[in-house]
Amino acid sequence: MSIFEGFVFRRIDTPIHRLDPRVKFLYTLVTLVLAILFNEFLALFVLFVGQLPLIWVARVQRSWARTMKGSLALVLLIFFTNLLTRWAYAGFRLHPVYLEESLAMTLRFLILVESFSIFSLTTSPDDLSLAMEQAGIPYWFCFAFTTSIRLMPAIARDAQTIVNAQRSRGLELERGNFLTRIKNYIPILVPLIVTTIRRSLELAEAMESRAWGATEKRTSLTQLEMGKTDYIATVFLLILLALAIYIRVSTRIPNLTSLIL
Amino acid sequence: MIVVENVYYTYPNGVEALKGVSLRIKDGEFVAIMGENGAGKTTLVLHLNGLLKPTKGRVLVDGVDTREVSVAQLSRKVGLVFQNPDSQFFCSTVEEEIAFALKNFGFSQEVIEKRITWALNLMNLKQYRHRSPFTLSGGEKKRVALAAVLAWDPQILILDEPTIGQDYRQKEKLRQFILQLNSQGRTVIIVTHDVEFVADCVPAPRVVLMAGGRVIADGDAEEVLTNPELVKKASLIQPQISQVFQELADLGLPRNVLNVYEARRIILERWRGR
Repeated sequence: MSIFEGFVFRRIDTPIHRLDPRVKFLYTLVTLVLAILFNEFLALFVLFVGQLPLIWVARVQRSWARTMKGSLALVLLIFFTNLLTRWAYAGFRLHPVYLEESLAMTLRFLILVESFSIFSLTTSPDDLSLAMEQAGIPYWFCFAFTTSIRLMPAIARDAQTIVNAQRSRGLELERGNFLTRIKNYIPILVPLIVTTIRRSLELAEAMESRAWGATEKRTSLTQLEMGKTDYIATVFLLILLALAIYIRVSTRIPNLTSLIL
Repeated sequence: MIVVENVYYTYPNGVEALKGVSLRIKDGEFVAIMGENGAGKTTLVLHLNGLLKPTKGRVLVDGVDTREVSVAQLSRKVGLVFQNPDSQFFCSTVEEEIAFALKNFGFSQEVIEKRITWALNLMNLKQYRHRSPFTLSGGEKKRVALAAVLAWDPQILILDEPTIGQDYRQKEKLRQFILQLNSQGRTVIIVTHDVEFVADCVPAPRVVLMAGGRVIADGDAEEVLTNPELVKKASLIQPQISQVFQELADLGLPRNVLNVYEARRIILERWRGR
């Protein structure tokens, strides 16, 4: 469950936290485009390392590190799947280039986790909802979206309690072969789904009794406004994007293997 | 016997829930662990069947360090009934629900059959044997959860907040039942902040008061729950009978009266004495 921890927002005051959520969303989007634009190890490495200072500025190193640790299993899976397929494709021969390419694919995944993690660690669900509303997205959708983010820690807690309860009844999750292990999760999943559905029904009742959806046009106490820093950041991101596209089209990025060998 | 030796526990998110707890629970004892929300009560009992391992210090169950055995092995001895029964039901009938743990512990089919019948009769649930646990009422669910643990007959029984969501009559039955289990020689530990429930237990349990991750008092219920300072420290309220006797102390009445039966006896004595 630790992978979720890195996505839970905590209210602190840093330049990154103060940025408009729309700017931060643009940042995540730009990173996503850049990560897909390039598949060379060197470029992706720069992209990964280039984001690191933001994490320190936003003072979210600890939760971020926890997400990274939580995604370790996926990282290994991606790396080895890539390496194995390349190896098999080349007639079961290994070449340093395959290693580099596999590392690049893994890095691409890490970059996505990294930027999404920065976004969600520094953006309050309320601001996010507000940004979505002001962008003209229907309120019911914004509400459902932010609620699902907000319920994640609660569901993770429920899951832990359920695991405890079933282990107390002699359930051993790590026992048996692959199939038995999957079957072992049924006693965890059934109560978790039941509690989650029950929780959402309760939430729906509570919201309706507080006149949810009573008026078509909902007003909001706060309005998001773009400040000077927000505009500067936006311009910077757009320049970065343009620059990256230019580099992609005009130059060929060498691979590390050819530089070393 | 359970020995808790200077146990510290810090959750992965950095919250230190136990700050040096030491406790010794002998076989056949009846113990109530009390205190406000967040005092560390549940964290402490999760250590007793090995679900949590101490960050510092150690927990011994019958001389065995909980770090050295699996939760399943310990649970065979230490039965833990969770607060919310919904966190454990996943089968389509009550019968299967009770059989789950028995299968995990490797009982034979024949024994499982017998134990299910025994546990259902004990908890007065016979008529629900083939019903889905999800369709039962709150109180019935709690009883099924309890039956599911009693079925493997653990020597030590721990109940986390057994009275929550129970009506008065169910609480009364539960109290009699707990006392009966204890009188049969089982160690019974209840985690609760229901002061009246504990006060009305005869014989009264040993009370362990917790606050801020520490044990702040440990003794007979008559002593602990009638001590205004201790009770306040643990954010509890004294039992009503005890409050009345505290107010009447200047008439020469004792201060450490917990329950109605004791109160009645003392009042009658005074009455007849005059």
